[in-house]
Amino acid sequence: MNNKRMDLSHWRTMPIGGVITQPGNSAQYETGGWRALRPVVDMEKCTHCMICWIYCPDSSVLVEDMKFVAFDLAHCKGCGICAFECPPKAIQMVQEGHFTRES
Amino acid sequence: MKMNLRELSQQQDLLAPGHRLCAGCMESVVVRQVLQIAGPHTIVANATGCLEVSTSAYPYTSWNVPWFHSLFENAAASIAGIEAAYKALLKRGRLAQEQPMNFVVFGGDGGTYDIGFQALSGAIERGHRFLYVCLNNEAYMNTGIQRSSASPAGTWTTTSPVGTKVIGKSQPRKNLTRIIAAHDAPYVAQASPHLWKDLMRKVGRALEVQGPTFINVLAPCPRGWRTPDDLGIQLGRVAVDTCVWPLYEVEQGIWRLNHRPREKKPVEEWLKVQGRFSHLLLPQNRQLLQRFQAEVDREWAELLAACDKSPHPAGRREDE
Amino acid sequence: MTLPVETIPVGLSGSQAVAQAMRQINPDVVAAYPITPSTNIVEKFSEFAANGEVDTEFLAVESEHSAMSACIAAAAAGARAHTVTSSQGLAFMWEALYVASGLRLPIVLHAANRALSAPLSIFGEHSDTMGARDSGWVQLYAENGQEAYDNALMAVRIAEHPDVMLPVLETQDGYTVSHSMERIELLPDDAARRFVGAYQPRYSLLDTRNPISLGNIVSPAHLFEMKRQVAEAMDKALEVIASVGQEFQHLTGRSHGLIEGYCLEDAEVVMVLLGATAGTARVAVDSLRAQGKPVGLLKIRSFRPFPVQQVAEALQGKAAVAAMDKAFSFGASGGPLFQDVCAALHRNGICIPLVNYVYGIGGREAMPTDLVQVFSDLERGAERGWSETSIRYLALRE
Repeated sequence: MNNKRMDLSHWRTMPIGGVITQPGNSAQYETGGWRALRPVVDMEKCTHCMICWIYCPDSSVLVEDMKFVAFDLAHCKGCGICAFECPPKAIQMVQEGHFTRES
Repeated sequence: MKMNLRELSQQQDLLAPGHRLCAGCMESVVVRQVLQIAGPHTIVANATGCLEVSTSAYPYTSWNVPWFHSLFENAAASIAGIEAAYKALLKRGRLAQEQPMNFVVFGGDGGTYDIGFQALSGAIERGHRFLYVCLNNEAYMNTGIQRSSASPAGTWTTTSPVGTKVIGKSQPRKNLTRIIAAHDAPYVAQASPHLWKDLMRKVGRALEVQGPTFINVLAPCPRGWRTPDDLGIQLGRVAVDTCVWPLYEVEQGIWRLNHRPREKKPVEEWLKVQGRFSHLLLPQNRQLLQRFQAEVDREWAELLAACDKSPHPAGRREDE
Repeated sequence: MTLPVETIPVGLSGSQAVAQAMRQINPDVVAAYPITPSTNIVEKFSEFAANGEVDTEFLAVESEHSAMSACIAAAAAGARAHTVTSSQGLAFMWEALYVASGLRLPIVLHAANRALSAPLSIFGEHSDTMGARDSGWVQLYAENGQEAYDNALMAVRIAEHPDVMLPVLETQDGYTVSHSMERIELLPDDAARRFVGAYQPRYSLLDTRNPISLGNIVSPAHLFEMKRQVAEAMDKALEVIASVGQEFQHLTGRSHGLIEGYCLEDAEVVMVLLGATAGTARVAVDSLRAQGKPVGLLKIRSFRPFPVQQVAEALQGKAAVAAMDKAFSFGASGGPLFQDVCAALHRNGICIPLVNYVYGIGGREAMPTDLVQVFSDLERGAERGWSETSIRYLALRE
């Protein structure tokens, strides 16, 4: 039953009671489009302290092997908490408009 | 219990991205911190509110643990039912997995201080094993910023507006943490997501208790507080430094202050960074500001007195 | 095992009979709050729990709203969860009733009917359960303590049937049945348990390897379909109630269908009603039949789902019908039962005089003489026609 694709096409096919059997599937919903500011990190300054990771409301700081890897731009809403809190000030919030032309 | 951020970062994030909470909302920060400690064998009951609607917009869910919502005022009754079901099925050998489980509730101040109070009081009295985390943003935010009993006196909300006759909320806030401590719940605490280590330690402590536990967490709300999106964590520091939101715990009736500000700042520091309080800084509302300070001072003095009275051998324990 | 099983006769009140059924069912979780006149069911069950005659997790919750909330969550966690209430308690649970049906949880509620405040009345009538008639709960009405006991057992099978998966309310008239002593034929414990069987939940909140989310917020894009599913389940419940009734008949020799007729076949005028007053009506029918009057009774056991076809077929060709309501439906064309009977006849193109009587409000019992009066009203009307068809009030001081 886990991760079973839910057929929502018809009342006869929908899982009863509105149960959702795909945990965490909101990851498929991209909130990155909400952003007006994008976090940009200077990896020279980053100490991989994980402060941005623990304070991110959107689980959008991607880490691997205890190291910062990237921001999840499909979901990052650009709140700027990471930049505000980053101890070595390695993160800058940059106008999203600067990037649209490239992406 | 792992408390090293690098090590913790290797665990799966039990709250997935893609939820609809506002940019800079502290509720999901708190949830992520709680679930880091509670782990995957946690059943969550959620009261109606911002967290619930934003993480459960059908057909999506942000929860990587079993999650349940039914009504606004019954999250504590729900967890009671879930915990009872667990006990019944375990006793009867009908659990698919005989696994120790955590039962955690998330409720806003609306669903906890006000409409959900009865259910919480009842669940504590009956001694169910659960951790209730109140996400306190001091108003009914999900319906568009209406006053709750957690809103301090003078707060602007849409149902306590700043008018010509009445200026913000008339009544002081209810001290729910103290009320729950008076229920003799085995573990009660106040926390803030800016001090993640303190919050997570408290979660870990609460989950060890074989009974009802309660942690009231300040959860700054950029929309309702009229604050910048990036200030959520910093606001926690200001709350603690002005003694507006002290960090303490009550364990088996022993009161313990966890963090004493180096220097107790005046409440202006708290009020001046939030649009919802801007009217309190106007000269003509000087008395209201003084009332605000007096309330904070009164509660702070009562807390210190309770900690002083507590027969703790090491005296007040203060951690960072 | 030879069928029907040998039952055990005991003198019990309606409340005690249902408590016995609950003991035999031995639900995983019972969360309940006391309220007159169903208090005794909860008290009796508490005794069973305290004496280890059941190993149910019994939660003496702090309100009926929490009782239903706890049952809902327990059911979602894969447990068989039951509760008990009446009147104000049912009204207090009202929003949670819709949650139970919307989430498709097979909870059973054992009720004893009572008037709704205000002004306050503790006595039996049907306003409380009628208030829940649109909530997606199956509703079974018992005529006496025996039926209440039987319904309590069958309710589990109906609720948990895979085609249904809806909560079931089984009810008995407050005081009239709940507090009256009767000879009840109890099933032996093992036969009752075998009949009720084990609960097979579709999913469980406790399965952390397959985490589910339940109780989400749903947009206009999806809610209509989910509620359509509830309507479908309610339709399916008609067949299931009948088939479970047949299985129960096989087991006990006692038959319980969607409806029950008494002297119905050749009756010219018929009284339609729910619950305990059917017993009084039988007495009235017998006395009139002794005088050669062709009167009859149609008792409805399943009010939700309403057995539209069966009621229409049963009433076809009758000269006049009285629909007896033990509840008001203020501002409507008549009481709740009247409305459903009227619609059932109309849908089947049956046009016969149908008169509505509201009776028994606030516990004012209908006596055989009152019901005899109704039959003679029907007889007269059938002969001479009807001058007015407004609602009539039985034994009201007018």
